[in-house]
Amino acid sequence: MLVSLKWLQQYVNVDADPQEIAHALTMAGLEVEGVHDRFAHLQKVVVGEILSAEPVKKSDHLQVCQVNAGGQTLQVVCGAPNARAGLKAPLALQGAEFPDGMVISKGKLMGQVSEGMLCSAKELEIGANAGGIMELDDSLTPGQNLAEALILSDTIFELGITPNRSDCLSMIGVARELAAIYGVEMTLPDASLPEEGGAVEDVTAVEILAPDHCPRYAARVIKGIKIGPSPDWLAQALLAIGIRPISNIVDVTNYVMMETGQPLHAFDYDLLEEGRIVVRLAAKGEKFTTLDSKENELEDDMLMICDGKKAVALAGVMGGLNSEINDGTTNVLIESAHFSPMSVRKTAKRLGYHTEASHRFERGTDHEGVLFAAQRAAQLMLQTAGGVCAKGAVDAHPVTVEKTEITLSASRTNEILGTDIPFGQIVKYLESVNMEVTPIDQDAMKVLAPVYRVDVSRPEDLMEEVARLFGYDNIPTTWPAATMEIHPSDPIRDFGLKLRTSLGGQGFREAINYSFVGADTPQRLMLAESDKRTRTLPILNPLTEDQAVMRTSLLPGLFASVAVNINYQNKDLALFEIGKTFIAEKGRELPTEIECLCLVLSGAATAPSWQGKAVRTDFFEMKGCCEALMADFHIENAEYSRIEDDSAPYLVKGQCAQIVCQGQRVGVLGKVKPEVLKKFEVKQDVFVAEFDAAALLAAVPDALTYQAPPRFPATDRDITIVLDKKVEAEAVLAHVRKMDQEWIRALEIVAVYEGEPVPEGKKSLSFRITYRSDSTTLQDKEVNEVHERIGKELMEAFGAA
Amino acid sequence: MKTQIQELRTQALADIESAGDAKAIDELNIRYLGRKGLVNDLMKGMAKVPADEKPLIGRLANELKNDLQDAFAKAVEKFGSGKEAGDVVDVTLPGRPRKVGGLHPLTTINLEICDIFTRLGFDIAQGPEVELDYYNFEALNFPKDHPARDMQDTFFVSDNVVLRTHTSPMQVRTMEKQKPPVRVIAPGKVYRCDSDITHTPMFAQVEGLVVDKGISFADLKGVLTTLVHQIFDDKTPLRFRPSFFPFTEPSAEVDIGCVMCKGSGCRVCSHTGWLEILGSGMVHPRVFEFVGYDTSEISGFAFGMGVERIAMLKYGIDDIRKYYENDVRFLNQF
Repeated sequence: MLVSLKWLQQYVNVDADPQEIAHALTMAGLEVEGVHDRFAHLQKVVVGEILSAEPVKKSDHLQVCQVNAGGQTLQVVCGAPNARAGLKAPLALQGAEFPDGMVISKGKLMGQVSEGMLCSAKELEIGANAGGIMELDDSLTPGQNLAEALILSDTIFELGITPNRSDCLSMIGVARELAAIYGVEMTLPDASLPEEGGAVEDVTAVEILAPDHCPRYAARVIKGIKIGPSPDWLAQALLAIGIRPISNIVDVTNYVMMETGQPLHAFDYDLLEEGRIVVRLAAKGEKFTTLDSKENELEDDMLMICDGKKAVALAGVMGGLNSEINDGTTNVLIESAHFSPMSVRKTAKRLGYHTEASHRFERGTDHEGVLFAAQRAAQLMLQTAGGVCAKGAVDAHPVTVEKTEITLSASRTNEILGTDIPFGQIVKYLESVNMEVTPIDQDAMKVLAPVYRVDVSRPEDLMEEVARLFGYDNIPTTWPAATMEIHPSDPIRDFGLKLRTSLGGQGFREAINYSFVGADTPQRLMLAESDKRTRTLPILNPLTEDQAVMRTSLLPGLFASVAVNINYQNKDLALFEIGKTFIAEKGRELPTEIECLCLVLSGAATAPSWQGKAVRTDFFEMKGCCEALMADFHIENAEYSRIEDDSAPYLVKGQCAQIVCQGQRVGVLGKVKPEVLKKFEVKQDVFVAEFDAAALLAAVPDALTYQAPPRFPATDRDITIVLDKKVEAEAVLAHVRKMDQEWIRALEIVAVYEGEPVPEGKKSLSFRITYRSDSTTLQDKEVNEVHERIGKELMEAFGAA
Repeated sequence: MKTQIQELRTQALADIESAGDAKAIDELNIRYLGRKGLVNDLMKGMAKVPADEKPLIGRLANELKNDLQDAFAKAVEKFGSGKEAGDVVDVTLPGRPRKVGGLHPLTTINLEICDIFTRLGFDIAQGPEVELDYYNFEALNFPKDHPARDMQDTFFVSDNVVLRTHTSPMQVRTMEKQKPPVRVIAPGKVYRCDSDITHTPMFAQVEGLVVDKGISFADLKGVLTTLVHQIFDDKTPLRFRPSFFPFTEPSAEVDIGCVMCKGSGCRVCSHTGWLEILGSGMVHPRVFEFVGYDTSEISGFAFGMGVERIAMLKYGIDDIRKYYENDVRFLNQF
């Protein structure tokens, strides 16, 4: 909300400069987000004196003027009929910037150079007159800054009013705060007016059929007004706070709303059938056209203002097109009402409106301020549009709003704030913001808050008043007295940290992607219908299509990261992400949230250097990473095997594996299918490994037990067999292990070879067996015996040579 | 033979003495002690030595060998070995490349914040990111159809389910499970439908909650001042000013002196000299009522902060969207 210091000064006189006032307001809870000079746009506008004005040839209205700008004479082409020699008028110099964004520069008009612009009051937003250039007093000095010459000065504060402080959504509201902060008196405007017409009851009546939605409705009637432009003071006041003047009647309603915080509406009285107001709920499906010409379809809990026959306004939100003030309006009915915040909010939200009026009603308006606002509006309408005001106001208030009584304890206040503010001082602070305080005893007091303080209903609300007036800066800074306690930590979080550290050490960079992805992601990953990762959770109001559903896999985000990096020429990538995936569950409101880990490798595994060429990453690079991760967490029983089901359709069938620990799958790894990558706009091979953090954590041994290093030396023996190409290495190793030799300690693949001299369809597999006994140093002879037996048995088992 | 040994010793020691560099020593070493060296030649003559002299001559020959070895060892110490002299690499060539990984800057800052609070004795809690309206709003004193809900642009999953707009639901979830005293922080991802140079639709927050007997606003100031001084430095000024959050009363916004311009005013702080980094306040009694705490017995404070903002200030990052792009040229800097 914009607030004009000049306007505030009508009610409160604070002797401080604008920056100081801004700081004081901020520290009292009305955050000043900006301080602006109202006339900043006049910096390059000076008093100009027209020395001569000659018509431009071939133009019916343009004149070339020589203008004394003080010390220099400028040539200005001007189209205003009142431009004439001897006249003093505002002259905008080159570089002057107008409120509408226009910047004055040297140019040519009809072949004539123009070095500035002579301006109307309206163009400069310092008056309403647009009929020609502004005629300045002859006593002004050419070249003088216009704002200085006319003594124009005002400071505009940009306030961020929090939703609880609806009482500050007006000049009077902010002035009240200033009065409390600076401890000065404030004066309310005098709203007295001549009431020369007949009794208002003779010309109108108000009937409230929905008192829950409308606790109070006041109306005044003025007859014989004349619609026209507002006088300068009114137009200027509105312009200062960013409101465009429209006409005297409409401007007055806006002015009084900004002054008091009470939204008002003016109806053309003659367009109200039967000349009366009925406040009722809409019928479901009822149609109503608001004054923005939009036809709204209504619900049966929306409040309507009606005349004797039809709806004329959407209560608290916007008036109707059918009863709007127009150029021919002569009789006016002023509405000043109190609507239920919830009612207005629901209606405005559902119909998509947010107006100055609805903004205030939603936050709560002053039930007791209704009559004053109506009277003030009537007074100003008479002043600006003439007419005769009917005697009194119709005031229908089926519901009265009582002041809330709150009991406040001074000691509890100090306890909560950590302060030592005396009882009397607390009373003073509360009274400064218009609370009625009655002491009960030495500690307790009864407090009645003004009705406009809709945010005050409990002792804590009063404590905040005391705190902010005492000054948050003055509250001491202390430590809480704490009891020592410890609670179990979150195992998944702890594990996540260890994983991050481990992967960082392996050369992976942590990525973080948005938790939402495009709705077609499961299809792009080619997931089977039965795959739980197709059960995405849609967001009702996504910002973009590619953020439409919650992710069920970390892959899409990481693919996007890979694509972005390749675009940036970062082609060698090792990334990981740890985060939640979300699986929608039928019949349950909340999805299952699963903490996942995903690794991606792409490009070179080893960067090229002077010692050698780059090594492209491959399946075994990723498998090595997985093995290292397992080793880091002491997971010794992980088995890698082919994926036989359709759980990883996005991976190349021949280059993917599942990782199983004690019968439980903890993850999968493999090469991503190029056609899948294409759908994510990734143009180079990508290898991934995915883990379920909880499953992986379950495979981590709970405790580690120290094993003494072996006392007796081990002996290695290599063995090479030629066997069918299709036989997997693990099958051979498993066979050897099953032979259950008490001396076999380790098996290690040394070489795999295909091609000459190995026959077609075969491969040679070399592996190393480590033999060791726990009780003695093994002799060559005994090892050789065993080793030969193994060799023989393998040949039989695999038909190997 | 004895004389021969004596002469060889004298000659060898003199040669070693007069040698000027490692190369000469190496050559001498080969000449005297090499496989075909003079000492071995001498040893070959042992066969001709009469049997009764053998023990003595043998001892002398061994002494000679040992003494010369010692003398050469000393000389090598003095000049260095000639072999080592050829053992040279260009030390300015780069090493064999290793991959260096690491944490995302938001994780780093998150851990830093968590570390400060665990040192202070806080627990760390995490909760669901898709949250019931009840926890995200209702139990935090945001009634349905209340304008306070406009303060947070909400992503909806259904009428009753939202993507959590803040980590504050963890206040309620923690208090439901635990009786006072409570000292907890809750880091996590939160979501708001807003996207521009200073807003991403997902961002990271850390929530904090302290509930016990006798907790005051002054204590809130104490803990948050410590936090800011630990994260930035202990000269960073703080400013607490009244604000509004439905779940705290009194509420305070915490500003710190601009870390970029040190308070003199710059673009980052919109020329105010101050940066808003924390929301906080005394827990609203309504919230305690929702979780069944006795408000006459206890009190508490809560606070929340945006991790991106703190990381931006610490590292001078100017565009919040960088965090979620995962450009390794960005990530590698942390």
